[in-house]
Amino acid sequence: MNAATAIAPESDVELVDSRFTVPGMRCAGCIAKIERGLGELPGVDAARVNFSAKRVAVRHDAQLDDEALVEALERLGFESQPVADNPLATDDKDAKLLLRALAVAGFGMMNIMLLSVSVWSGAGGVTREMFHWLSALIALPVVAYSGRPFVASAAMALRYGRTNMDVPISIGVLLATGMSFYETLTGGEHAYFDGAVMLLFFLLAGRALDATMRNRTRAGIGALLGRMGKSAAVLQDDGSTRRISADELFPGMVMLVAAGEALAADGEVIDGAGAIDNAMLTGESTPEPVMVGDTVHAGAVNLSAPLRIRITATKGDTALAEIARLMDEAGQSRSRYVRIADRASRLYAPAVHSLALLAFIGWMLAGAGWHQAMIIAISVLIITCPCAMGLAVPAAQVVASGALVKKGVLVKDGSALERLAEVDTVLFDKTGTLTLGEPRAEIGDLDAEARSVALGLAQNSRHPLSKGLVASLQAAGTAPAEVIGVHEESGQGLLGLWHGTPAALERAEAAGSGLATTLRIGDRREVIRFSDPLRADAGATVSALSALGLSSQILSGDRTQSVAPVARALGILGRGAVQPAEKLVALEALKRQGHLPLMVGDGLNDGPALAAAHASLAPASASDASQQAADAVFLGDRLGPVSLAVRVARETMRIVRQNFVFAIGYNILAVPLALAGMVTPMVAAIAMSLSSLVVVGNSLRLARAAR
Amino acid sequence: MSGLTLLIPIALGMGVFGLAVFFWAMKHGQFEDLDGAAQRILIEDEDDEAA
Repeated sequence: MNAATAIAPESDVELVDSRFTVPGMRCAGCIAKIERGLGELPGVDAARVNFSAKRVAVRHDAQLDDEALVEALERLGFESQPVADNPLATDDKDAKLLLRALAVAGFGMMNIMLLSVSVWSGAGGVTREMFHWLSALIALPVVAYSGRPFVASAAMALRYGRTNMDVPISIGVLLATGMSFYETLTGGEHAYFDGAVMLLFFLLAGRALDATMRNRTRAGIGALLGRMGKSAAVLQDDGSTRRISADELFPGMVMLVAAGEALAADGEVIDGAGAIDNAMLTGESTPEPVMVGDTVHAGAVNLSAPLRIRITATKGDTALAEIARLMDEAGQSRSRYVRIADRASRLYAPAVHSLALLAFIGWMLAGAGWHQAMIIAISVLIITCPCAMGLAVPAAQVVASGALVKKGVLVKDGSALERLAEVDTVLFDKTGTLTLGEPRAEIGDLDAEARSVALGLAQNSRHPLSKGLVASLQAAGTAPAEVIGVHEESGQGLLGLWHGTPAALERAEAAGSGLATTLRIGDRREVIRFSDPLRADAGATVSALSALGLSSQILSGDRTQSVAPVARALGILGRGAVQPAEKLVALEALKRQGHLPLMVGDGLNDGPALAAAHASLAPASASDASQQAADAVFLGDRLGPVSLAVRVARETMRIVRQNFVFAIGYNILAVPLALAGMVTPMVAAIAMSLSSLVVVGNSLRLARAAR
Repeated sequence: MSGLTLLIPIALGMGVFGLAVFFWAMKHGQFEDLDGAAQRILIEDEDDEAA
């Protein structure tokens, strides 16, 4: 990181922008720390934090690479990941388009309503005609601009011979606008411009809510599957090494992997021994010891001494790529899920269209002129337009997801909430899901002195065991002792001086089963054991789930011997030694029996199962790919959010159904009026806003659902 | 009537002005980081020399 020496004078430096997600920023202090810390880095021109998106944009010298910036953020105490060039741009653009359309519709609605109120209160003659013309002047451009999202979507649906909620909306709005324009031209009595624009406004409000919800939570999750090594140092015939990019590696080559480097291909260790961090693949951060003859996978990080590895599989053949492919295929079934609003519109749209047509034919037969019959048919279309229905689903889901975010559950979109409400079986992964997935030290036997020395040593290391020791000691309220000259010696441990006495955290010789380390202070030795404890409220969550009528079981890739005690402790079924593909098979079997499984898992080996399950949850400590595959991510050390998410999702669907009842009930009341030809623009406007207000008000009750 | 010829353009003009301001604000990223703005007010400006 000697970027400082490489910096050329300001004038001829090429500046580039990079973005990083920094999920760990929580407060104003973090913003200041990141912006100042990065700003002081040589080669950085400016750093700007976007707190809502948990992202930082850095403008810097092109010679300063992403890795250097990630490391700088690491030193500031934040984990980060580079973001590819604005991957959310398209979603963002959608949301912005909807917001603009909403603003224009709002402007049009207010001004047209102003004019309409005067017409309703009795303006006549020239004044009425002028007001109608003014309304037309405002409404035509507004409908043309704000109606685009609906007309475009309706046209798309019709082109493929399907129908969706947008088809009746578009037909209703366009017909109402056209008819009103005709009325204006001929000096007629009623113009429905206000109704048409108001309809657009309420519907756009629903759409905009839906889009904002998607963006907000995606920003919290948006990390990328990018940890696989991009290149490897390959040993040449003459004994020298050459860096080759991952695409050009072939089985049979021998790569030299330095400490801290990520593997770019699968292979077999042929020289060296040490430990690797396999968190990418398994979500388990406990280092895994490797020695000659062991198989290692792409994406793993070498933690200790350099390893020589003979490549056995590259690119698309690696275990990592295989899992990515499984996930891709498994995700297909979920994209076929039909959301509740679309299911409703499948029944609703044909009914409304036939009703309007029947009204037209009926009045023609009854002897009314085609003009009057047409007006009545259009007023049927307007009054039945699913205005409150357009708000019924997104309003409830946005309020619910807002309440869940406050409790640390980030739901990706509305469809996820709908599917979460339907699940009836829960499958848990063990390590990292039911357990914390991080080693925690058992420090009960240590006295105060040993604890503080251990903390003084351990806080200097990023080794997973050291981090677990620090977490345990800090939780016990230990203050670190002043240990000087701490250094990490590969294969030995951490060494330092405490008040002139040599102190060390060393590899435990006779550890027996499980992980352990030896604390040495002078001649004194203490063995500190580590375990991976169950999340504190795992038992309570399982019983909360069964109270909701959900049965739980464990489906773990871990050994059966270590799954059994956990399953016994929780009183649920447990299966161990399950491969990723077998998890898929188990899920398919459940689905065939008519169950709708919820998968809760964290490792990349859970990825395919997360993508295939009816709904899925992942803890925030999960591998990136799993977070991508899951419907929702929950933060913190507790498992409680799992039952909370299911409970709130069900509550949400209850409110959504109530909203539908309101919206349809209002239609049942209003349609006879419309059929009888008694709906004036004023009646339509009042009915429309009242039903929308009721639906929004009812949805707001969900704000308390997560309590 | 003569009052209307004055008042209606004024009302419309104010509406259009509000709309224009909203579009401007969106284009210039005023809504990009709503939570951040609320947090930033708590940052102390001790270091103008660093900026």
